[in-house]
Amino acid sequence: MSFLVHAPILQIIIPLLMAPVIILLRNRELAWGLAMMATLAVFALTVHLFININTTAQPIVYELGNWPAPIGIVYVIDAANAYVLPLIAGISAIATYAARSLVNAEIDPRDHALFYAAWLLTIAGMLGQVATGDAFNIFVFLEISSLSAYALVAIGAGNDRRALPAAFNYLVLGTIGATFYVIGVGLLYMVTGTLNIEDLAQRLPAIGDTHTGFAALAFISLGMFLKMALFPLHFWLVPAYSYAPSVVSALMAATATKVSVYVLIRFLFGVFGLDFPGMDSLLGVFLLGLGILGALIGTLAAISETDLKRLFAQSSIAQLGYMAIGLGLATKSGLAATFIHLFNHALIKGAIFLALGTIAAQLGRVTMSNIQGAAKQIPMTIAAILFGGLALIGLPLTAGFISKLYLLRAIIENGAWVVAAFTVLSSILALIYVWKIVEVAYLNDRPKGAPVLTETPAQWIGAWILVIATIYFGVQSEILVDAAFAAADMLIGGKQ
Amino acid sequence: MNISILLDQWNYVIVIVLMMIGFYTVIARGNLIKKMVGLNIFQTSVFMLYISMGKIKEGTAPIFTNDPATIYSNPLPHVLILTAIVVGVATTAVGYALIIRIRESFGTIEEDEITLALNEEAMAENLAEQKR
Repeated sequence: MSFLVHAPILQIIIPLLMAPVIILLRNRELAWGLAMMATLAVFALTVHLFININTTAQPIVYELGNWPAPIGIVYVIDAANAYVLPLIAGISAIATYAARSLVNAEIDPRDHALFYAAWLLTIAGMLGQVATGDAFNIFVFLEISSLSAYALVAIGAGNDRRALPAAFNYLVLGTIGATFYVIGVGLLYMVTGTLNIEDLAQRLPAIGDTHTGFAALAFISLGMFLKMALFPLHFWLVPAYSYAPSVVSALMAATATKVSVYVLIRFLFGVFGLDFPGMDSLLGVFLLGLGILGALIGTLAAISETDLKRLFAQSSIAQLGYMAIGLGLATKSGLAATFIHLFNHALIKGAIFLALGTIAAQLGRVTMSNIQGAAKQIPMTIAAILFGGLALIGLPLTAGFISKLYLLRAIIENGAWVVAAFTVLSSILALIYVWKIVEVAYLNDRPKGAPVLTETPAQWIGAWILVIATIYFGVQSEILVDAAFAAADMLIGGKQ
Repeated sequence: MNISILLDQWNYVIVIVLMMIGFYTVIARGNLIKKMVGLNIFQTSVFMLYISMGKIKEGTAPIFTNDPATIYSNPLPHVLILTAIVVGVATTAVGYALIIRIRESFGTIEEDEITLALNEEAMAENLAEQKR
């Protein structure tokens, strides 16, 4: 099939063009149908790319408009982004499926077409950031996905007006993060004269130790720290996730921060390289130190929350901390552990937030008292939250265990026993908040007079696809682990 | 640092001054409109950074002439900044739209008053949660 040659760009073009079509048609049902078709098509394309990369082990370079690099913009699909793309596309497709019932319950019918348009734009933006091989193109896609994400968060104001200040803060901090990134890219362009990522990586070592290069590293890293909500730059995340419409929380918790982690990885390991001046302190002090703090403080904050959306948003801070720890180790196995956890955490958080959506759609909010004894009324939904929670702790037979296993192995390889101790500690602390939920939902009776909760297979199937994927990758982890190590190998294998 | 270097690179000095003014305004001002203005100043400083780096001494506008001795300014950073300006306009539009909605539902655009309202709501919710 010859059109598959264009798969690297089609995966972005399809959602990007479907968005205005949906706005022009202004039809609720059609909007969902088109969004569903677009995300499924994109998922198929990304899987095709992943299989292609895995069999040939050769990167695919797609020249836009046949302009060769470095003059034209190229899309480069290699072991690292071929691994991330199907994850984003797959979760987008599942979330779009779940959106049908959640959006009907939570969003004004007049806004549905606009919602799905913004939804597809944010997905296109995320895929674009991962697929492109051009540093400035990343900024453009970053803003496409962020601007539509601000709007998506703000739509939550129909249920809770607190979504508005949350979206505004997200906009201010998101714009600062993106602007920092663009300053960094500008400084890199000053010293190298190129924006192509491959080209940057080749020309940077010759630049040597300059203030400009160091400032570029600092600006790009700081910008991405903000966008990935690394502790202590995470304050936009918790309100944005908790007041956004449920399905938006699910998509963003699963994918948005992961894309920024990917861009950070691409720059730190793929462009600057481990030998770049200042890289030691950036990785060893900032990523490792802030990662540990984030893992601990995020978990502790989660324990004290009674609102479940806020609770799991806090836990995301902790999980991003683990990813930062993996990067901070500056080894191949550490990087691979981050890739593995990036994948697993996306599945887990997607499942949890979709399940929370079923409850939020009926009660408005999901609090500990709201879900008292809910397990008898909505067993599948609560079980999805339970499995997700167990995977967050890192219970064997879930994907979360594979994450923790490889992360701990990478830490111990480095001999960083203190880091290992903190990682284990915060995983054990996660048991407290998961247990609180189990206690409330399973061991308590539903109080008299509490609203009766219902669930239909259409509501829980999305969450359960992700739960089953979590268990599948917990048992059959070879595909995942191999792909993660291939990605890490490509990024730093030759340079160690 | 020699003062003449600073004078020589005065455009970059302005970039840094604008950047700091914008950044400070975003952080220090409680009025949401002023925050957006600060954000715009911050972004504008980056536009100037890019435009400055595209300028080549003695270079003309990059319009092709047949004279091989012509020195052109680098048009690429300018083109990039056209894109960034569009992004900035879009961000500003979304930001102001949000401010209008915030004003409609909170009755204020002062950050501390909004925070106060948010805290009261959170406290009321906590009380309700404890009562059950």
